[in-house]
Amino acid sequence: MLEVNNVTMQFGGLIAVNDLTMFVDYQEIVALIGPNGAGKTTAFNMITGVYRPTSGHIALNKENITGTRPDRIAQRGMARTFQNIRLFKALSVLDNVVIAQHLRLKSNWLTSTLRLPRYNAENRLMYERAEELLTYMGLWDVRGEVSSSLPYGAQRKLEIARALATQPVMLLLDEPAAGMNPAESQELTGLIQGVRDHFKLTILLIEHHMDVVMDISDRIYVLDYGNLIAVGTPAEIQANDAVIQAYLGVEENEA
Amino acid sequence: MAKTAVQPINESRPGKVVSVTLTTILLAALALLLWWMQSAISDVYILKITRLCAINITLALAMNLINGFTGIFSLGHAGFMAVGAYTTALLTIPAKSKEMMFMIAPLIKPLDTLTLPFPVALAAGGLLSALFAYLIGMPCLRLRGDYLAIATLGFSEIIRVLIMNAQRLTNGAMGLRSIPANATMAWTYGVALITIAFMALLTSSSYGRALKAIREDEIAAESMGVSLFSHKMMSFMISAFFAGVGGGLLAAYNGTIGQDMFRVSMTYNILMIVVMGGMGSISGSVISAFVVTIGQEWLRFLDGPLTIGSIHTDGVVGLRMVVFAALLLIIIVFFRNGLFGTNEATWSGLWRSIGRMSGHKKRGEAA
Repeated sequence: MLEVNNVTMQFGGLIAVNDLTMFVDYQEIVALIGPNGAGKTTAFNMITGVYRPTSGHIALNKENITGTRPDRIAQRGMARTFQNIRLFKALSVLDNVVIAQHLRLKSNWLTSTLRLPRYNAENRLMYERAEELLTYMGLWDVRGEVSSSLPYGAQRKLEIARALATQPVMLLLDEPAAGMNPAESQELTGLIQGVRDHFKLTILLIEHHMDVVMDISDRIYVLDYGNLIAVGTPAEIQANDAVIQAYLGVEENEA
Repeated sequence: MAKTAVQPINESRPGKVVSVTLTTILLAALALLLWWMQSAISDVYILKITRLCAINITLALAMNLINGFTGIFSLGHAGFMAVGAYTTALLTIPAKSKEMMFMIAPLIKPLDTLTLPFPVALAAGGLLSALFAYLIGMPCLRLRGDYLAIATLGFSEIIRVLIMNAQRLTNGAMGLRSIPANATMAWTYGVALITIAFMALLTSSSYGRALKAIREDEIAAESMGVSLFSHKMMSFMISAFFAGVGGGLLAAYNGTIGQDMFRVSMTYNILMIVVMGGMGSISGSVISAFVVTIGQEWLRFLDGPLTIGSIHTDGVVGLRMVVFAALLLIIIVFFRNGLFGTNEATWSGLWRSIGRMSGHKKRGEAA
């Protein structure tokens, strides 16, 4: 589904991501973990087109998307959420989800403004899909609220709902459990798996909550200082020395 | 932040019928009032100001689309108005008058004898203005924030300087005279109404929602598949189109135009209407257009001889603008959201506030 080949991102003298190669298979849930500043979000930003990698290739569904604009990548079926929530703050919950379907609209601005029948049909469908998604996410009752007025956990869910509204084949979640308590992240784990099965999605996520990561990931990639230091199943990663060192540091007397 | 009114998804049938009926009645009443004013009021001055209000509605809504709904701080309005004004003027002035007016150098070929019906000339002005917006938008819309404001302001001045120097096309610094007085009550209010309807429909369509998404968060909008550049360009060109049409009306309203009219201060005048009404509110701009236009005329007494207590002046020209500038500052500092913020005046909203004022706190309020 997603292939990242020898991708490097250099900001001036700093190499944020060094020669990263990874892949995500259809309907797999893959986690990208690593200590702070390891280059996880940079990798995300390259995959979603926010940054153009210094070198290397990225392909979605075998189509090259290296250096393609974010909106084009979204149109090809990649949706994302953000580490520091980026909702359309002043707009309602419903509007947030309806807007995310704009990219699938076929009517042009003039026929939309003139409310020609085709636009009306498309518009109705957008609202129906939004109702479906919000109901699925348990946000239908707050559809009229201004999105920034929602509690934190609900805002995270709304971001996922908005990403799903773009009708993606692949979903990238940037720290979906950030700021959540154990009970909430437990719920999120179930939600992400449910979303994967319900919408037939492939999911790549960045996460710091190890319980979430170990619970839902099929495979895990570990980054440290921009370098890939380990790949494997949760069990393999938990037993990997390099990973333990990266996270806990080296204890000389035991090493 | 003020809590925005919750918009019902499918406004209940009777509620919708009531608002449509009330709106129709209001429009009919307004049309009757205007028609009555034209026959009953002999004071040309009042009638002129009434028409100017309508032109300012068109101009303010045009600016609100780009500045309020899309969140792009563009200051090129006067330039687009100038393009529309000169186009409309050149296409409607009779050939005889053109020949007399262009004394230094004759008007270039097809235009010297060409006269078109007023609506065609207006539309041509709008379209040419949109074309200019396309050319200006190409470099400018890639910029952000203050840089974009400065760049558009610069291009607006460039248009003005071009007009001043294109002697054979625009009659240079001498400007244009004898523009047929086509800006009647029907035309000015007709165009204003079309603009209101168009903007209301556009901003509530999926494209309007995309523009609001860009205003709220560009990065998120782009990640949701909204192409920033093409949507900004669309908004910019539509805005310029209506600015051009408004400029054309202004030319027909004034009878004479010169490059001097389209300085930056013209942009600020319209900007004041938009800010006062609320960036991103159509009804706000409409109401504010009346308030500002009439207010500006009413404050004219400030320019004349004044006696305040024992202080007497023989009239300070421009004092009116000083007062207006001070008002604008007060609005920006203390009432940043203007009259309506990004909300619209609705019948149900009016109903609620009447209810609140008369102390009726009934069901629904507590929730």
